[in-house]
Amino acid sequence: MIALRDLWRTYHVGDSDVHAMRDVTLEIAKGDYLAVMGPSGSGKSTLLNILGCLDRPTSGSYTFNGRDVGEISDTDRTKLRQTEIGFVFQFFHLLPRLTAQGNVELPMLFAGVARAERRRRALDALEAVGLTDRVHHRPDQLSGGQCQRVAIARAVVMEPGLLLADEPTGNLDRAAAVEVMELLDAMNADGQTVVLVTHDPEVGARARSAVRMDDGEIVERR
Amino acid sequence: MALGELIAFAVGALRGHRLRTVLSVAGVAVGIAAVIALTALGEGARRYVVQEFSSLGSNLLIVLPGKVETTGMMPFGGTVHDLTIDDYKAVANRIPEVLRAAPLATGEETLRFGGKARSVPVIGTTRELVEVRRLRIGAGQFLPPGDPDRGGAEIVLGVKVAQELFGAESPLGRVVRLGEWRFRVVGVLEPRGRSLGFDFDDLVFVPVRTSMRIFNRSTLFRILVELPEDGDLEAGKEAVIDLLAERHRAEDVTVITQDAVVNTLDSILGVLTLALAAIASVSLTVAGVGIMNVMLVAVSERRHEIGLLKALGASTTQILAVFITEAAVLSTFGGLVGLGAGWAAIVAFVQVYPTFPAATPVWAVVASLVMSMVVGIFFGVVPARRAAHLDPVEALVGR
Ligand SMILES: Nc1ncnc2c1ncn2[C@@H]1O[C@H](COP(=O)(O)OP(=O)(O)OP(=O)(O)O)[C@@H](O)[C@H]1O
Ligand SMILES: [Mg+2]
Repeated sequence: MIALRDLWRTYHVGDSDVHAMRDVTLEIAKGDYLAVMGPSGSGKSTLLNILGCLDRPTSGSYTFNGRDVGEISDTDRTKLRQTEIGFVFQFFHLLPRLTAQGNVELPMLFAGVARAERRRRALDALEAVGLTDRVHHRPDQLSGGQCQRVAIARAVVMEPGLLLADEPTGNLDRAAAVEVMELLDAMNADGQTVVLVTHDPEVGARARSAVRMDDGEIVERR
Repeated sequence: MALGELIAFAVGALRGHRLRTVLSVAGVAVGIAAVIALTALGEGARRYVVQEFSSLGSNLLIVLPGKVETTGMMPFGGTVHDLTIDDYKAVANRIPEVLRAAPLATGEETLRFGGKARSVPVIGTTRELVEVRRLRIGAGQFLPPGDPDRGGAEIVLGVKVAQELFGAESPLGRVVRLGEWRFRVVGVLEPRGRSLGFDFDDLVFVPVRTSMRIFNRSTLFRILVELPEDGDLEAGKEAVIDLLAERHRAEDVTVITQDAVVNTLDSILGVLTLALAAIASVSLTVAGVGIMNVMLVAVSERRHEIGLLKALGASTTQILAVFITEAAVLSTFGGLVGLGAGWAAIVAFVQVYPTFPAATPVWAVVASLVMSMVVGIFFGVVPARRAAHLDPVEALVGR
């Protein structure tokens, strides 16, 4: 489904170049469950942002479902993010003014889904993450684990091909982290492709495969 | 994304920042309220003047001595003939188009009764003035009818003059002195107020021949000519000019119609109202800069939100639309509040000055709403563009 070939991502800082990714080649098949591990600053988030079409590689190619993402227009990249990619972040990034349901509806709002259907699908997604009794709560009325489950519901509500999670448990206590991981495991068991960045070896061990990055390079594959 | 949903999203975001929203709404509201209030006053002035002049009757001609319009032809010998009582009689009697006419001669003299004295404007005229100017007599009657050359010693008082000289007492039949001349009071007018530059409550009427003798005048101030309700104003005007030209052997009078006066004043005051609106609009620009400021702050504060929306698949255009809508909602809401405030100010003003017909013209209401919306969109573009072009990766970094 996804193929990264000879990918570089270079930042120019002052006179020097910082290589956030060096010559990364990686394939991710449909239904995979991949953990990306590595020390801080090793390029994990950079990799995820490129996979999620939020960032562009400096060189190398990225194919998604057979299409070269480097070649397509901004409009098509936006479309790809909208329909094929779901994001989960370490700090949830829920809009505090919206309820759980409102947050889950957001991607559908920008995709032009009609109101009634938005509502129905949001409620379904919240049910799938076990928050049926919290749909009208705002983020400040939810625990961290619940917030992250809302964020996961939001990430999958468009039924994307690829779910990306950047340290989804990084801001949670152990119990909440386990809940979130169980949810991601279950989604993967249902066929959802998941790519997960984590520092936590325990979390990484749950994934079917893993890569370790260091200084922008993939140094180990499992 | 439908407009309704954009607006709902914008309102949600604005409710998240109440104080800031209230302040920028207030900025626009002040500007719009100023536009509304000032145009209402301008429009009020216009209506006041138009009403004033229209109350004369639209079928009225005003004849004044001397040629006002420049025709390139000087009157014969460069002199201007007097407008005499004989001229008046000719106009009143010899032109079939003329329903009736009244002469006006003016002066100022001291009026005395008992120990009291005051200076009053004096109008010399005839009985016909009652009909021509639609005067109402409060007590007694107006000047006696008959030959205008008959210089009687009757006087009719304006209501204020009567009150100041006689108090509660009836002035009818009493003898007053106007300068060295003695007059017998035959009537008092009903309150009438100002009209065409005269305060009808604060003057006195005497027979036209008498006033010309007192003030040693050879010419009338004006002749007021009334045509039938359905009369042809232009034909009447022509007939009057022709007759007087024949009598004076030169075209040396000016005849103005009600319409001409009203139209001129109407357009002058219309321009004045527009000017007031334009001045008030300056404050809208200030409010617009305020909105821009608020939106710029909102964009930098909501970097995470913008990054998130992009990650969720919002397009550049959609983010642009979200922020422009927000600015437009802000300013349009300000416009509505300002409309309410301006309207309330006008209502309060009319309470204090009930005779002043202040009223906000419909165009001003529509224009100020459109203007407030345009201000929001215009000043919202820069912040919205900044939001739309934010790099999502940078925007999402950190909490
Ligand atoms: N905008 C930028 N400009 C310059 N250098 C950057 C920029 N963004 C990232 N980098 C650099 O790229 C490298 C990889 O960063 P990245 O955020 O991918 O690391 P990470 O593995 O996600 O780290 P962490 O575990 O702390 O989140 C780092 O050395 C970082 O300093
Ligand atoms: Mg990172």
